[in-house]
Amino acid sequence: MGKGNDLLPGTLDMLVLSSLTRGARHGYGIAQHLKKISADVLDVGESSLYPALQRLMLNGWVTSEWGASENNRRARYYKLTAAGRKQLAAENKEFDRMIVAIQKVMSCA
Amino acid sequence: MRLIRRLLYFFRQRRQADELAEEMDFHRQMLEQESGDRHAASRRMGASTLAREDARGVWLPLRLDSLWQDLRVGFRMLRRSPGFSILAILCLTLGIGANAAVFSWIEGILFRPYPLVAHQERLLAITGTARGEAGHTDISWPDLLDLQKNCTLVDAFIVTKIMGTTLSLGDRAERTIGSIVSANYFDAIGVHPILGRGFEPGEDVGSNAHPVTVISYQLWQSRFKADPAIIGKAQRLNGIEHTIVGVAPQGFLGTFVGWGMQFWVPASMEETFEGGEYKLEDRSARWIESYVRLKPGVSLQQAQREMSAVAQRLETDFPATNRGRGIKLWPLWQTPFNNAGTLLPTLGIMLAVVVFVLLIACANVGNLLLVRSFARRHEMTVRVAVGANRSRLLQQLVTEGLILSALAATGGLLVAHWCRHALVLLFPARAGVAMTLPGEIDWRVLALSAGVCLIATLLLGLVPAIQTSKIDLAGALKSEMSGVVGGGHGKSWLRSGLVVLQVSLSFLLLVGTGLLMQSLQRIRNLNPGFSTQGVLFTAVDLRGAGYDPQRAKTFDDELLERIQALPGIDSVAFARSTPLSYGSFSSSPIAVDGYQPPPDEQPTVQYNQVGPGYLATMGIPLLSGREFTRADNETALPVAIVNDAMAAQYWRGDDPIGKRLQVKGKWLQVIGVAKVSKYQSVRENPKPFFYVPLRQDFSVGANLNIRTRLPAETIATELAREVHALDANLAPYELITLQEQIDRSTSPQRVAVTLLGVLGGLALLLATIGLYAVMSYTVSQSSRELGLRMALGADASKLLRLVMSHGLALTAAGVVLGAAVALASTRLMGNLLYKVSPRDPLAFGSAFLVMTVAALAACFLPAWRATRADPARILRD
Repeated sequence: MGKGNDLLPGTLDMLVLSSLTRGARHGYGIAQHLKKISADVLDVGESSLYPALQRLMLNGWVTSEWGASENNRRARYYKLTAAGRKQLAAENKEFDRMIVAIQKVMSCA
Repeated sequence: MRLIRRLLYFFRQRRQADELAEEMDFHRQMLEQESGDRHAASRRMGASTLAREDARGVWLPLRLDSLWQDLRVGFRMLRRSPGFSILAILCLTLGIGANAAVFSWIEGILFRPYPLVAHQERLLAITGTARGEAGHTDISWPDLLDLQKNCTLVDAFIVTKIMGTTLSLGDRAERTIGSIVSANYFDAIGVHPILGRGFEPGEDVGSNAHPVTVISYQLWQSRFKADPAIIGKAQRLNGIEHTIVGVAPQGFLGTFVGWGMQFWVPASMEETFEGGEYKLEDRSARWIESYVRLKPGVSLQQAQREMSAVAQRLETDFPATNRGRGIKLWPLWQTPFNNAGTLLPTLGIMLAVVVFVLLIACANVGNLLLVRSFARRHEMTVRVAVGANRSRLLQQLVTEGLILSALAATGGLLVAHWCRHALVLLFPARAGVAMTLPGEIDWRVLALSAGVCLIATLLLGLVPAIQTSKIDLAGALKSEMSGVVGGGHGKSWLRSGLVVLQVSLSFLLLVGTGLLMQSLQRIRNLNPGFSTQGVLFTAVDLRGAGYDPQRAKTFDDELLERIQALPGIDSVAFARSTPLSYGSFSSSPIAVDGYQPPPDEQPTVQYNQVGPGYLATMGIPLLSGREFTRADNETALPVAIVNDAMAAQYWRGDDPIGKRLQVKGKWLQVIGVAKVSKYQSVRENPKPFFYVPLRQDFSVGANLNIRTRLPAETIATELAREVHALDANLAPYELITLQEQIDRSTSPQRVAVTLLGVLGGLALLLATIGLYAVMSYTVSQSSRELGLRMALGADASKLLRLVMSHGLALTAAGVVLGAAVALASTRLMGNLLYKVSPRDPLAFGSAFLVMTVAALAACFLPAWRATRADPARILRD
């Protein structure tokens, strides 16, 4: 199972949203992107990724449409919506706050 | 927004699922390409089925889709163990059916008793009260008119007084019951005749002024052959030609719980049907049974306050007739003058009883589920191991419970439907008139039954809930061993608890049944103050045949002579009323020489008009003075015989003989004192009463009391012959003994005993099955332990004792609990109990005995089976 399970709750959703800021990606693309950017630390399996994508769609933060992949196969591309951008910004801010708080606690220990 | 997206998903879920599968497939192939290793790709992907489930779960957390699957699985599970399913459904059907039946009776008898009558929720019964006396009185017509004039919170006053006649059509004469009603009757209750009209305003005014009648649909169909030109035709009723002006709609039975009315006449015809003198202008003649319909939004309390104020004004305006008289409103379900009032306590207790039966049934099925869920533990464990979460498992188990209770509820409603008319069967049959006490299965009853079904499901769901919360993956792999004496086993407390609950509830019901049976026995053994055996009574409906007083007197004399001449007859006497019958005694305000009543009271005493030799015929002891003779006739000095209770109250120890008593303005001389007897109810306390000679206050169509050693059947044929000989158009009513009369008057008690007996027996059966099932299960689970004990030298009797003592300990716990609850709660039966203490040791003792025998029977078989086991084989297995 993917290591996404070990993330802070809600973090996976934020990561997925952020991976879509530079344009639409398909599920595999998102997983690859996260893995590459994090230097293989974040290896998200489908058991976490796809429920997360569905959750984002349900909330209206991403939409999807079918298109052709790089190797010319049918793939579902996810795109950030306006509401999704707003949500990402909000989560970014919240995340920063949280990290600062955690760092403060850890440095006192 | 989310909800709309969810809905969209729900309607396109198959496509959505396909798309998800496709993109996950794509993902997998890309991974394969990347790593070149198929298995590595699969490993990295993880459990894709689970992922797909989870992805769907994001959209449909309620799992509407899985409900269908659960239902299918549930049905399959039930089919796989038909024995369990049938037993469980049967238990629940009985439990839910008993509830639905009692609900439908309560609805049809107490809350919506009158088919087709509009606004029953605003209908109240109205009666009079007399200060210093319990219960209710009827109302006089002038009082009712005054109430009608002065009460602003009431929409309508409806008068309805049940009466009977003999309807002769063609060659068939039949006893028929009808109602004397106010002219507004049909309009006020919103019932519109299907032919002709109802009564018109003013038709209830005057003495015999408007001989018109509306007949029931049933009468129209059966006796008038559904004649479409019936309106305007004449029909002789009680000797007077009535014009049929209307036919009531099908299903309308009038407004009297228990009896369906066949015809209606306006109050102006009261003299013809009620007998006695013209009462519409007599404020002292209280004869009306009545309902009021409140204006919308008015409460009973508000209306009662207004009524009481009016009644108080009437007291000051008419002290001679109204001093100490009040008016009381009753909710329809407490109506004191029909069978609603008499059945209310019985139905109330039944409601509690059926809840008990339901609980016992649920406990039984719960136990069966427990045993089965133990057997299904492996299945559950596997499902948890492959990733099912607990709520998902619980949903499956609750669905199974729902299937059980839904099937049972369907069966239960069928049971209720079959039992709709069952209450009537419990009442003693009466010749001539059929009783109707229909249960009503309407949406309210359906809703309540559905509620009961849901409660049952929830109760049943508790069992698997406890069960699944205990699933322990590691522990489940090890085999568990439980023992009879071990006791500390996980689920045994739940099983035992359910059995204790069952035993205690059925013990409670047994105690209740015992108390009621004893109470009925006391009532039956009660000395009513007259002979119950060897005295028969009947009547000849001379009024229905149109006899005037003169003709009736001649007929009475001739009939008396003929009967006295028959062999085996000791004595015969006429009387206007029979004790303990529905028909009321005459009553009158009285004045007594030398007796000063309290200032706010008007002494009123009931009396009966009786013929010569009445007391001797009835077996009522004459304490002093003399009986009436034939010489006490119209021309002789008016006389009376008082009972000892009256003598004690009004003459205070003086000998009343020779003293005077004023009744309806006429002074009577007391010539005798009779011993007190029962008049209206066997349960009443001794009360003042007096007799006057029938000839000095004559009424047509009196009852005939016959003292004889011959059986009723013999007399009946001879009597019919003699009556026929005098007038070929006449036939006597059924001839019954006074004991039968008592039985009829105590039928509510007998109905209660029968119902409670049936349900108590049912409960006992269910509890015994429950105990048996648990004992069997315990024995089968502890076969290893028992085998071991046997191998170590325990003999059969010791094992028998071991197992039996376990079962009996459960029973004892249940009995103790049940007894505690019974001691605290049987006083609620108060009204149904007669001279029986709610803590009666005999009732408790016999309940204990029955319970013990049932428990012994339930425990013996499993225990005996335990001793028959082969220890060598058990230990080897």
